[in-house]
Amino acid sequence: MKNKKDFNIVIVGTGGQGSITLLQILARAASIDGNDVRTSELHGLSQRGGSVEVQMRFGKKIFSPMVAEGGADLILGLEAQECLKSLFYANSETVYLINKFFIPIFGKELLKEQAVLKELKKVTKNVFIVPASDICEEELGKKVVAGMYLLSLACVRGLIPIKPESVLQAIKDLVPEKYLDLNKKTFELALSKKNEEI
Amino acid sequence: MKILEKANKRVPFLGNEAIVRGALEAGVQFVSTYPGTPASEIGDTFFKLQRSKNKIKNLYFEYSTNEKVAMEAGIGASFSGLKAMVVMKDFGLNVCADALLPFCYTGTKGPTVIIVADDPSCHSSAQSEQNTRAFAQLAHIPILEPSDPQECKDYVKAAFKLSAKFKMPILLRTTTRVNHQTSFVDLGKIPAIKADGKFVKDVHRFNTMPPRVFSMHSEMLDRIKEIKKEAEKSELNLTSGKQVSSKIGIITSGVSYLYVKEALADLGMNLPLLKLGFFHPLPEKKIKNFIKPLKKVLIVEELEPFLEREVAILAKDANPRLQIMGKEIIPEIGELKPRIVLSAIAKLANKKIKALPSVDLEKVAVKRTPQLCPGCPYWLVFGGVKKATEGKNVVYGGDIGCYMLAGVPPHNIQDYLFCMGGSMGIAHGIKKATNNKQKLISFVGDSSFFHVGIPALINAVHNQSNPLIILLDNSTTAMTGHQPHPGIKIDSMPIIKPEDVVKACQVKHLKIIDPVNQGEFIKAVKDFLEKDTVSVIIARRPCLFANRVN
Ligand SMILES: Cc1ncc(C[n+]2csc(CCOP(=O)(O)OP(=O)(O)O)c2C)c(N)n1
Repeated sequence: MKNKKDFNIVIVGTGGQGSITLLQILARAASIDGNDVRTSELHGLSQRGGSVEVQMRFGKKIFSPMVAEGGADLILGLEAQECLKSLFYANSETVYLINKFFIPIFGKELLKEQAVLKELKKVTKNVFIVPASDICEEELGKKVVAGMYLLSLACVRGLIPIKPESVLQAIKDLVPEKYLDLNKKTFELALSKKNEEI
Repeated sequence: MKILEKANKRVPFLGNEAIVRGALEAGVQFVSTYPGTPASEIGDTFFKLQRSKNKIKNLYFEYSTNEKVAMEAGIGASFSGLKAMVVMKDFGLNVCADALLPFCYTGTKGPTVIIVADDPSCHSSAQSEQNTRAFAQLAHIPILEPSDPQECKDYVKAAFKLSAKFKMPILLRTTTRVNHQTSFVDLGKIPAIKADGKFVKDVHRFNTMPPRVFSMHSEMLDRIKEIKKEAEKSELNLTSGKQVSSKIGIITSGVSYLYVKEALADLGMNLPLLKLGFFHPLPEKKIKNFIKPLKKVLIVEELEPFLEREVAILAKDANPRLQIMGKEIIPEIGELKPRIVLSAIAKLANKKIKALPSVDLEKVAVKRTPQLCPGCPYWLVFGGVKKATEGKNVVYGGDIGCYMLAGVPPHNIQDYLFCMGGSMGIAHGIKKATNNKQKLISFVGDSSFFHVGIPALINAVHNQSNPLIILLDNSTTAMTGHQPHPGIKIDSMPIIKPEDVVKACQVKHLKIIDPVNQGEFIKAVKDFLEKDTVSVIIARRPCLFANRVN
């Protein structure tokens, strides 16, 4: 991990994919590790089904709640096509961790995986795409935890400088009882794939 | 409950939660609101709290029918001696401006704070990119601008104190990136409160009847003068940094302050910086002292150059040769972003910053407009309307709510969109202007109908136009997070049914139809389009998430 004063994460997806929950878990985990944290979220049903982008910054001392243009260290893509818009935040070092998951856009032709990756790779070489929705469907019977899987994977693989234990703790602190078991299992699933190639 | 966490803890709070916490720590007794994002979670947090087992004893909360009555309720509470808070999004202040202006004349009795959330970049708005700062000129109301959750909490408490001391309502102006920012907040104690409101008659104080209104006008200006003195010494207006040989400095406020701090850290600079917590009244002496030694000052503010203009006026006297940089390099449209501020400061300081990879986002990025949820009853309404009007030349009037998605594919039935309740009012004008000849369907949601829709309906009936009004009754205020409204069963509160209102307004053609019955719905639309007086179809089917309240 590079030794920078702050770490900047952008999560992109579509409304209803749970990006705010993920952000809150990350923020909690980063604060357990003793970081200063700021997030910027967008609430409101106006986001339903539309593009959603939330962000978080942590480190010793953070002022801006917004990640700067070209300032992201990690971009989590809950939906692949949405990653293109987030190029605004990318630089040549940025890591993309993307769900191999496509939600059609009304009246538009679905972009192919290769087309998306090609554009992203023009900016950064560090682009990883993982069939998170499929893995979660297969192993846990639930696609909805794909975001949690990606986030956990990023942590256990050291793509985010937050201790995996802290993420697990944050999950326990924040996820409602009803869904806790599923989310813990999702984290463990990611942990078990720590060393697999992506 | 998170909002009630113990004092002395330091916890991550959303700006909106911090506002609630600040009000609780200040001992607020009366809260009224009409929902509107980015302020919605403030009311929702009070609502949940007061319906939970941890409810604060003696604290009254209500979702009012619109912002004007919310404001009036708050004024009544203040006149009865209670600590009151009224919460809304920017457009709500336009709706209640008529009550706000005289309130600034009479002043408060119980301290009163008004929370208004602007939404630069319109993340959760249509209509306009409103800058509520303009109300400082119109209403003379003092305005504070916090930049983060900690300040949200502190400023709410400071606002209650100011209001108590100077007997003026105080407006806290936030923006989306403040309301929806999370960061650490130090918590204080929540005091117990009493329910001890009492209206003590005082005609001199509460009755604006001329000629009293003129002396009130002058008393209000005196109060502002006093508050200005307070602003001069207030620590909400903060100077930092060190003079540099190039004699440059920065003035900013609100969330822009955070971008400035970040940029200065990035550039490794510690320039003279004046952060204004007061937007109105401005601490003029402090500003003059700040600009006096400078050659160049950069004003970092979102939307219109209100601060920049004020500084220009003050500089005439304090430093006529001062070079003022602002909107010439900082956009007036849309919210600010860290990079914009970094570039502006780099320009001010003659520093180079690293170029960024140039990607033409317009070209590569996909555009995904919001969609009606799968299973939303509006699919049936819009689908039915399209079938019923196929091949006909019909004007479709849009209004504010989830149903403004009528304007996006695949529906595309929205020829104008203005403000809450506006669809019916404008429909009437079009009808009259075209001698009732052009066919027109006006959409209105149930919450919007109660909000300000009813007078527009009365106007159309009384002045004899004939739009077809489709009232989309999904039994909730869906767009802003499913808040209740007067037509919804909640606890033991009385329900006002939209159809009873419509009937009372003498509408002769009324049908209540579940749009699942497409045949019936389509037939009704076709029939009603031919009527020569106002007709109303109440398309009733609850939003999939409507029952979240109970
Ligand atoms: C004056 C004003 N207050 C509040 C809002 C925020 N707002 C936007 S849509 C909406 C809800 C409308 O509810 P309803 O008419 O029932 O339509 P639905 O979203 O349920 O379809 C509100 C409160 C606004 N735009 N203007």
